[in-house]
Amino acid sequence: MNDADGDAVLLRDFAARSPRALARAISVAETGRGAELIRRLYERAGHAMTIGLTGPPGVGKSTLGSALVRKARSLGKSVGVVSVDPSSPFSHGALLGDRIRLAEHFTDAGVFIRSMASRGHLGGLAGATADAVLLMDAFGKEVILIETVGVGQSEIEIAELAATTIVALQPGSGDSIQVLKAGIMEVADIFVVNKADHPMANQLKREIRSMMEMLAFSGWVPELVVTQAISGAGVDDLWRAVERHAAYLQSSGEIVERRREAFAHQVRQLALGTLQRKLDRELASEIVAGADPYSAARSILRTFGVDTEEPEEGGRPSHLRASVKG
Amino acid sequence: MIRPLRVIVAKAGLDGHDRGAKVIARALRDAGMEVIYTGLFQTPEQIVQTAIQEDADGIGLSILSGAHMTLFPLVVEQLRAQGAEDIVFFGGGTIPPEDAEELKRRGVREIFTPGAPLSQIVEFVQRECGKRRQLVG
Repeated sequence: MNDADGDAVLLRDFAARSPRALARAISVAETGRGAELIRRLYERAGHAMTIGLTGPPGVGKSTLGSALVRKARSLGKSVGVVSVDPSSPFSHGALLGDRIRLAEHFTDAGVFIRSMASRGHLGGLAGATADAVLLMDAFGKEVILIETVGVGQSEIEIAELAATTIVALQPGSGDSIQVLKAGIMEVADIFVVNKADHPMANQLKREIRSMMEMLAFSGWVPELVVTQAISGAGVDDLWRAVERHAAYLQSSGEIVERRREAFAHQVRQLALGTLQRKLDRELASEIVAGADPYSAARSILRTFGVDTEEPEEGGRPSHLRASVKG
Repeated sequence: MIRPLRVIVAKAGLDGHDRGAKVIARALRDAGMEVIYTGLFQTPEQIVQTAIQEDADGIGLSILSGAHMTLFPLVVEQLRAQGAEDIVFFGGGTIPPEDAEELKRRGVREIFTPGAPLSQIVEFVQRECGKRRQLVG
């Protein structure tokens, strides 16, 4: 069977809502052969509510995710989950263990879970995460939960991909300066203090509140929810906060901007992937032998048609969501 | 881009001993595979649904509870019911040789028992799951 025939069969099964077809389609996208598939399915996507869930390792992202899935299912919504864990930089293998917390949903036909390995991609997601989300969306999933790898302070890619970003924080993990730092603290639409029974939970809650009191927000003011994911306490509050944020995105028209960001994110990923491979090929070639790093970079970029004489300002387009009052 | 082999490592039924499963999971990981661990106490249906959603190339089931003659065939049955027999199904545990032979007759691709070298297990998974990958892409 050639690729075109294979694609046709896959598209037919996908349209018939076969979970196997969705699973295969994600695999095809992961191998970088998803262009035709995505082109054919792109029109059908764009309806799902996308929720990003990020935070440090062990904070309870998967358990919170499972509780949110339970809540969404109780409201009759079909759910997709994309869960990313790190790949080994040495063997390229990975141990994907987020499913353990999601076991209660394995046989629910309304829930589709896909574990992804980051495969060397930095930023908290895998290279094909955006494709997986798009495919689940086109498949008809109404709520899509994206769980990042356990992140440090600066893996904020999720905020570009998801319409609503939840940052889960761990009581007892640092002083009041931690909440003032740049990075993931700036991208939260909703803060969650999980492990509400932890003796330091109230202190963390106060620190986040006092940080937010210093700031003037343009538009959405991040909400703060305290949960104990394992017992389900606070999960209804969290879901309501997600719904309020989704409603805000619609009423303010910001959803258009978020979708544009998600689109730009995916385009950037695809373009960077191609450039990276091209760059790696050039790096292995004669052109750079014996040169100093700056000259070598310049001569490679010249072969790409990029002029590097003047360093340019900028980088990622972004807007500050909050500034200090007064 | 190369997509590493993807393998489910599962524990089924009332069996809390997962040291062996974890060792296998780590060995397969170190051999460059993406290993999805289901956690304990799974039903055959949960395991097969997981394999389908994850587009796994193989399922390795560990059973140390003595319930292997019940649970292994139930997974085979589920795979057939889902039209997913292309997924390489193998397992391990404290399984007497005559039971292992019977399970292989009933559709389990291979059974590894205590003392099986990790290298032999890794090689089996690479070879058999690699064949499956060549067929389905």
